[in-house]
Amino acid sequence: MTLRPGRIAVHIALILYTILALGPIFLILINAFKTRRAIFADPLGFPNGQTFTTIGFDRVFANSDFGLYFFNSLTVTVVSLVLIVLIGAMAAWALTEYKFRGNMLIGLYLAIGIMVPIRLGSVSILRMMVELNLVNTLTALILVYVAQGLPLAILILGEFIQQIPKDLRDAARCDGVSEYRIFFSIILPLISPAIATVAVFTMVPVWNDLWFPLILAPGDGKQTITLGVQQFIGQYVTDWNAVLASLTLAIAPVLALYLLFSRYLVRGLTAGAVK
Amino acid sequence: MTDLTASSVQPTDVVPARSRFPVHIAVFLAPALAIYTLFSIYPLIDTIRLSLYAGDETGLRSFVGLRNFQTLLTDPNWSSQFWNAFRNNLIFFAIHMVVQNGIGLGLAMLLSLPRLIGGSVYRTLIFLPTMLSVVIIGFIWQLMLNPLWGIAPSLLKAVGLGSLFGPWLGQESTALLTVSLISVWQFVGIPMMLIYAALLNIPDDLLDAATVDGAGPFSVFWFVRLPLILPTLGVVSILTFVANFNAFDLIYAIKGALAGPNFSTDILGTFFYRTFFGFQLQVGSPTMGAAVATAMLVIILVGVLIYLFGVQRRLQRHSF
Repeated sequence: MTLRPGRIAVHIALILYTILALGPIFLILINAFKTRRAIFADPLGFPNGQTFTTIGFDRVFANSDFGLYFFNSLTVTVVSLVLIVLIGAMAAWALTEYKFRGNMLIGLYLAIGIMVPIRLGSVSILRMMVELNLVNTLTALILVYVAQGLPLAILILGEFIQQIPKDLRDAARCDGVSEYRIFFSIILPLISPAIATVAVFTMVPVWNDLWFPLILAPGDGKQTITLGVQQFIGQYVTDWNAVLASLTLAIAPVLALYLLFSRYLVRGLTAGAVK
Repeated sequence: MTDLTASSVQPTDVVPARSRFPVHIAVFLAPALAIYTLFSIYPLIDTIRLSLYAGDETGLRSFVGLRNFQTLLTDPNWSSQFWNAFRNNLIFFAIHMVVQNGIGLGLAMLLSLPRLIGGSVYRTLIFLPTMLSVVIIGFIWQLMLNPLWGIAPSLLKAVGLGSLFGPWLGQESTALLTVSLISVWQFVGIPMMLIYAALLNIPDDLLDAATVDGAGPFSVFWFVRLPLILPTLGVVSILTFVANFNAFDLIYAIKGALAGPNFSTDILGTFFYRTFFGFQLQVGSPTMGAAVATAMLVIILVGVLIYLFGVQRRLQRHSF
C-alpha cells in the first residue's frame, strides 16, 4: 500500500497532536525517577544509571498516607459503581419493561439529574451530612456519587435492556417465574456488557472528583487520592522529587486501567454518542 | 436525550392499567428514586429555599425574600465579584467552544477518513488526558509552565519562539487564557469522540453521491457532512456549557480558592466556594452561598432551555 502525500500530512498532524497530548504526562513520569539535579539539568532525558533515584517516592510514602488514600478512592469508586449498576438496572428495568401511569414523568424527573449538576446543592448536602453525622466518612461520598450517577446509568441501561430479546422473559413468565426472579436471574446477568459503558460515565468522574471530598470528607484519614495529592503538593510544593512522585502515583493506576480497558471505554463512549 | 425517555414507554404491557400500583414495579423503582430524591433533588430545592434566608451571628435564620440576590447583584462588595466571575466564566466557555470544539472537530474529521491506518491508536492516545483528574492535569501544567523548570521556554526556543514565553499563569492579562487552554488540552477528547461517532454514522453513499455530482472535499464537508452532524455539535455545545459553568477543580488546583492573580481566573465555581466556606478575612455564609448556587442554577437552566427549545428543535435528526 502506498501512501499518498495527503495521507502523510494527515499522519503528521495526528502524530504532532498525539505528542502534544501525551508529552506533558510523559515528562512527569520520566522525571519522577530522576535526581533533583537531573530534573533541572536535563528535563527531557530518560533516567539512567547516574540519575535514577526513587527518593521522591520514599518521601511521599514517609510523609503521607498514600496507600490509605488510594484505598479510600478504591472503596468509594467500587461501592458507588456496584450500587449505581444494581439500583440503576432495577429502575431501568421497571421503566423500560412495565407500562404504568407516571412512567414518563419519572423518566423526565430523572432527566433533571443529567442536566443539572448536583454540586449546586452542596450547601444543603453538607448540612444534611452534618445532621446525619456523616462528615468525614466515605459513606457520605458514596451516597452523593450514587445519586449523581444514577440518572445517566438508568438512561444507558434502559437502552441496553430494550435490546434484550423479549422471548426470554415471556418464556419465563409462562413458566410462572416471578418478576423479581426474571430480573435477578435473567436480566441482570445479561446486562454485564453495559457495565463497561456505565463505568465510563460514572467511575471516572467519581475517582477524579475534588469537590465533594474537599467539602464532605477533607480529613480524618478519609481523603481520596485526588484530594490527598492536592493537599500533599500544597505542603511539599518546593520538593520537586516528591511532587513528581506523587503525581506519578496518582497517574499510574488510571493509566494502567485505561490502557487495559480503553477498547471498551472508547466503544462505550462512541456507542453512547450515536443517539 | 429527551427522545429516549419518550421511547421508554413502549407498549410492552404486562401490567393491566388498574388503579392499584403493582408492588414489584414500586420495589424496582424505590431505591433509585429514594437515593436520587434525597441526595440530589432535595438538596437542590433546599438550596433554593436557603437562598431566601439570612443567618446572623447566633446562627438564627430569618426569611429575607430576594434580598440575598439584591445584595449579590447590586451591593458593590458583592456585585463586582459576581460579575467578574460571570464574565470570566463566559470567556472560559467561549475559549472552549472555539478552541476545544474546533480542534475536536478537526481531529474527528481526520480520524474518520476512510482506511486510516492506526486510527484507533490515535483515538486512544489523544483521549488519554481526559481520563486523568483535573487536579493532576493542573499540577502537571503548573510544572510545565514553571519558569524555574524551564521546559516550556526551552521548547519554545527550539522552535524559534523563545521570546514569546512569559509567566503566563502569573500574569493578570494571560492567566485566564492559560487556564482555559489547559482545560481545553485535557478535554479535547470528548468532542473528538462524539463528533467522530456522528461522522461514522453518515452513510458512504451520501458522500459518494455528492462526489459523483462534482462536489470537492470542501463542499462535501460544508454542505453534506457538517449539516448532518449539527445535532451532535448541539449536544457537544450544551455539554461544554454545563461543564464550564460548573467548573471548579482546575482553578482551585492551580490558583487556589482566591483564583488569582487579583481574581483574574475567578469563575462562578470558585466564587461559590469562597462565598460558602469563606477565605482569609471573610467568613463563609451558607445562605449567601446558596444564593450564588441558585444564581448558577438559573444560568445553567437558561442555557439548557435555550438549547432544548432554541437549538435542538430546529435541528432535524437524520436517521438512515
